[in-house]
Amino acid sequence: MTRSTIELTPTVEDRRIARHAAAAIVLTVAEAAIPLPLPGVKPGLANIVTLIVLARWGWREAVWVALLRVLAGSLLLGQFLAPGFFLSLSGAIASLLTLGFAMHLPRRWFGPVSLSIFAAFAHIGAQLVVARLWLVPHDGVFYLTPVFAAAAVFFGVVNGLIAARLLRDLPQAT
Amino acid sequence: MRARLAEWLPLIRPGDWLVMAAGLALCVFATATLWRGGAPDKAVIRAGGEVFGEYGLSVPRLVEVPGPLGTTLIEIEAGRARVAADPGPRQYCVRQGWLTQAGSVAICAPNQVSLSLSGRGGQYDSLNY
Repeated sequence: MTRSTIELTPTVEDRRIARHAAAAIVLTVAEAAIPLPLPGVKPGLANIVTLIVLARWGWREAVWVALLRVLAGSLLLGQFLAPGFFLSLSGAIASLLTLGFAMHLPRRWFGPVSLSIFAAFAHIGAQLVVARLWLVPHDGVFYLTPVFAAAAVFFGVVNGLIAARLLRDLPQAT
Repeated sequence: MRARLAEWLPLIRPGDWLVMAAGLALCVFATATLWRGGAPDKAVIRAGGEVFGEYGLSVPRLVEVPGPLGTTLIEIEAGRARVAADPGPRQYCVRQGWLTQAGSVAICAPNQVSLSLSGRGGQYDSLNY
């Protein structure tokens, strides 16, 4: 037997991404256990991790963490390639793009709370559009928009506050 | 409780309040535009198959509509309308009472008069994203 010559040496960055993605996946799985009144209304706790990574290590790492979380989270929940997976994926992509723009807002004025709210709205926006175009081809989908918007504001603020607090209290080195 | 709240407040920056307010405004706007189905905004009266008149539901008024049997009396009030009197034999449209929902109709078939409420909510013409 010959020894494999392919050797992957993870960089510090790789390890960091893996660690944060793992934290986000744990939150995704834990969140799936919370009973919720409406499909689609979720706290989105994993986005706290995305916000922290974005603030500390930039957009590229946040993209890695968020997409790995969607992929591995759906595998763990048995939702990979199911409709829910595409909804999460589209929401994640939209919120990452939004965060990419919103992160350039002056930090003195707009903190993690703002970013979190923007991301939450991007999330539901993209999900509604995907749901309308693909899953439920009827305008009735939009009937629930006010509920989703209210949830986006509420959970956006909560997640943003938690992210802001963790950013303040967590040691820089993690 | 207050001490706890005070711990979190400094984490919110000035612009965050703006974003929060904008988010809430969006919620209110979405609710107002998408959930007004059922609230009628005008009464449409037809006689003999033709539109006899369209009346806003803000001003109370009585409308007399002539038909083959006589005059049908339609009463309009704020947000509702009814057929107050009709010469038809069975009085179905009168017994229907006040109409309050967009899309509801009272038909006085013998006198060929109908009263329907129309509203904007509920059915969209188009939505674009």
